[in-house]
Amino acid sequence: MIASILAVLPAAEGIPNPSIPTSWVLLLAALLFILGIYGFLVRRDLIVVFMSIELMLNAANLTFLAAARERMLDPEGQVYAIFVITVAAVEAAVGLALLIAWFRLRATLDVETAVELEG
Amino acid sequence: MSAEILAFLVLATATVAGGVVTLWSRYVVHSAFGLMLSLLGVAGFYVLLGSDFLAVTQVVVYVGGVVVLYLFGVMLTPPDREERSIRRIAVAGIFAVAALVVLLKAVFGMEGRWYGVDPDRGPASGGAVIREVGNAFMDKEAYLLPFEIASVLLLVALVGAVFIARREGGRGS
Repeated sequence: MIASILAVLPAAEGIPNPSIPTSWVLLLAALLFILGIYGFLVRRDLIVVFMSIELMLNAANLTFLAAARERMLDPEGQVYAIFVITVAAVEAAVGLALLIAWFRLRATLDVETAVELEG
Repeated sequence: MSAEILAFLVLATATVAGGVVTLWSRYVVHSAFGLMLSLLGVAGFYVLLGSDFLAVTQVVVYVGGVVVLYLFGVMLTPPDREERSIRRIAVAGIFAVAALVVLLKAVFGMEGRWYGVDPDRGPASGGAVIREVGNAFMDKEAYLLPFEIASVLLLVALVGAVFIARREGGRGS
């Protein structure tokens, strides 16, 4: 099991940097995603929660591009990654605007202070 | 150890270290700079994976735009002292470990299935691929409609962000 994890899997001929196994990149993306999940759940500062979401989106992009390279630089991987980057930029802009509005309302960014909708 | 492997290790260290700083720093500004380091590392990975255009896009949009936006957000709000509760850390840790197990199973459960390459595609070259990406965005049969929807989404978000962040009632304040 461990040996198969660390083994340099045979990469397809003709892709860029074939000495880097795709599984390593996927593992790194998984690690980045886990960091994002952990930060999203453990932090109470709304700005850091948004940053954790960015980390998760980046991990997803890394997975797209790793898969695209494995398929001879399939252009679809880059197309999806560009869409993800677009949505991330939109999320950051609207999220920051909401954050500023929220801060004006209650003078804190602690997510646990949002209790109006609790029954 | 070849140069590519060395580059991979350096970039992996930078990316993960940046992510950890983002999560653990008590100062939001430090978190923003950790995020910047992490995003630059990811841009380096895009270069290693042969997607140079995406790497440049990543630097311009994320490091030049999103992180600067976060820094503005940090400047507009005072520091927030938060408590570290054991219960929260435990719950987050459980979720993170569960997600890690699922993802590891996904990565290692698919050996051999990645390599179904389209037999018609020749050896990859970055310049030819970015031309294909551009054509895909402008092709009615491919991604023209999502592309236009994305532009409308950007416009709506721009106007919406200005409207939401505007001060209530005040005129031009």
